[in-house]
Amino acid sequence: MHFVVCAKQIPDPETPPSAFKIDPQKNEVIPAQGIAPVLSQFDSIAAEAALRLKEAAGDSKITVISMGAESAQAAIKQVLAMGADEGLLLNDPAFTKGDPHTTAKVLTAAVQKLGDVDAVFCGRQAADWDWGQTGLLMAEGLGWPSAIIAKGVALDGQQLSVERVLEDGYETAQAPLPAVVTVSNEFGEPRYPKLQQIMQAARKTVTTWTAADLGLDAAEVGEAGSRLRLEKLFIPEKEGKVELMEGDTATEKAQALVKALQGAKVL
Amino acid sequence: MASNALVVGELAEGELNATTLELIGAASRLGASNITVALLGGGASGAASKAFEGGATKVLTSDDASYDEFRGDQWVAAVQNAVEQASPDVILLAQSHVGRELAPRLAFRLDTGAAMDCLNVEDDGGAVKATRSVYGGNAMATYSFVTSPAIVTVRAKAQDPLEPNAGASGETGELPGASDSRTTIAGREIVEAAGLQLQDASIVVSGGRGLGAPEGFQVVEELAKALGADRAAVGASRAACDLGWYPPSQQVGLTGKVVTPDLYIAVAISGASQHMAGCSGAKTIVAINKDPEANIFQFARYGIVGDYKEMVPALTEAIKAAK
Ligand SMILES: Cc1cc2nc3c(=O)[nH]c(=O)nc-3n(C[C@H](O)[C@H](O)[C@H](O)COP(=O)(O)OP(=O)(O)OC[C@H]3O[C@@H](n4cnc5c(N)ncnc54)[C@H](O)[C@@H]3O)c2cc1C
Repeated sequence: MHFVVCAKQIPDPETPPSAFKIDPQKNEVIPAQGIAPVLSQFDSIAAEAALRLKEAAGDSKITVISMGAESAQAAIKQVLAMGADEGLLLNDPAFTKGDPHTTAKVLTAAVQKLGDVDAVFCGRQAADWDWGQTGLLMAEGLGWPSAIIAKGVALDGQQLSVERVLEDGYETAQAPLPAVVTVSNEFGEPRYPKLQQIMQAARKTVTTWTAADLGLDAAEVGEAGSRLRLEKLFIPEKEGKVELMEGDTATEKAQALVKALQGAKVL
Repeated sequence: MASNALVVGELAEGELNATTLELIGAASRLGASNITVALLGGGASGAASKAFEGGATKVLTSDDASYDEFRGDQWVAAVQNAVEQASPDVILLAQSHVGRELAPRLAFRLDTGAAMDCLNVEDDGGAVKATRSVYGGNAMATYSFVTSPAIVTVRAKAQDPLEPNAGASGETGELPGASDSRTTIAGREIVEAAGLQLQDASIVVSGGRGLGAPEGFQVVEELAKALGADRAAVGASRAACDLGWYPPSQQVGLTGKVVTPDLYIAVAISGASQHMAGCSGAKTIVAINKDPEANIFQFARYGIVGDYKEMVPALTEAIKAAK
């Protein structure tokens, strides 16, 4: 089996709101000082899902693919350290400022170029732009079935069984390989690589493919190929006028709150 | 101006759900003169009258019960048929398990773009613009569409329905029955919380990681009970759900449920933007947190700084006493 994990490097989503800044002229997020970018958490869980299938199936290979800048090597190395076998960076100035359509186009082209892929694992969404589209767009582009928001995966021969999270419960969906799966946090924590694995991963070479390597024209990727145009990026205003309850004891504070809520006709 | 809108509706036990009416409201505010609603599954044609009362001008249905169990490939084929019939400039779907899957698939098939989880969609001099939260709610982004139709999924309760127009009716049409699916649903398990559902509650009391242990939720549940089992439900932060302290079905936030109660009480929750994405639409937010610098106080109208172990039981008593 050959599994692909799609991995995106993003600004740390746990950045405190006070350190989160944007450039309203360029419609860009300004990287917070001293906070390193991270592998999007759902993608590390997608890697965990692929690794567990690899361990169960035996004789399998995992390729981790990231579309991004040179710095995205760090995200690739992290998945390699977890146990993936090969790393692939899709890096081209033409890929920047794209939308889900162009991201999926580039990733799909890479999966097609690899040729022998049995399943693709993505995070349910990337924790920067929160689109939640890439896996589904790849499934459409590849013509494969998909199962999104997985909390469990199992393989029985060529049949993939995916436990999915629904709004009001779970379902088990089964589809034949090849298929695309997007993975959610309900799957559980991703493994933590050992120091030795981190050092081994650091020594691995990561292959880089450009638009030309993928047979893609600059006009169909990145900003030029996008279907959506970002018109305005802004930080919503918060009211921030909290009234803190006064009192010497918990009971006094609680009574003050009940009084305030009654006064405001909330209770 | 968007003149033709297609709304992908959803049924809950054969009835039109509330979000569908919100989508029709959004389509109407976009200035669409034709609002076609597509309904799939058992009870679809019976639910048409409610769609007309909600502002639809045309309703396309298939009563095929195979659609009841949502499978993306079957639904997308039917909605593509609805697109052919309605020639929409804009397609509106809910940010539900249906819309999450259909919008990107449709975008691919119609070679256009989809904006997900939007709070607002407007007509700006003939162009559709959609605004959504990004970076977990730290920022907002407004998008326009390079291609047509514009596909937009809308967050529950972000848009208001229209005043129902009793007795309204309109044109009806048919959608094809379900095609074969490559996906088999081997099992489905519904985990509903007992009693009042989160989204229906007028008061939601949520607990977070700061509760320290699953037992902390008992204290939170007692507070909810004192507020009234008929109007208060209990939610949780993702951190609490991930720790296994409370069922994921009760998670409030960006990747959980969106609630808009009159009163939201956040107990031992820090107020991460991704959590607030699910509750910032509440009319009044109360925070109980031991850290006076916690981000939640930026959103709360009222706050108590202190240990929940003391504060919450005291509040439960004060509420009982005030009754
Ligand atoms: C893409 C993405 C999606 C996400 N989706 C969601 C989502 O849908 N919902 C969600 O909730 N989160 C979501 N998160 C996670 C989110 O970023 C936070 O990590 C999470 O909300 C934190 O939960 P918490 O507030 O319970 O825990 P913490 O941030 O750990 O906060 C605990 C709080 O409890 C307080 N506290 C501790 N002890 C006490 C005490 N004894 N008495 C009173 N107060 C006390 C502390 O002061 C602290 O403020 C998402 C994250 C990402 C990246």
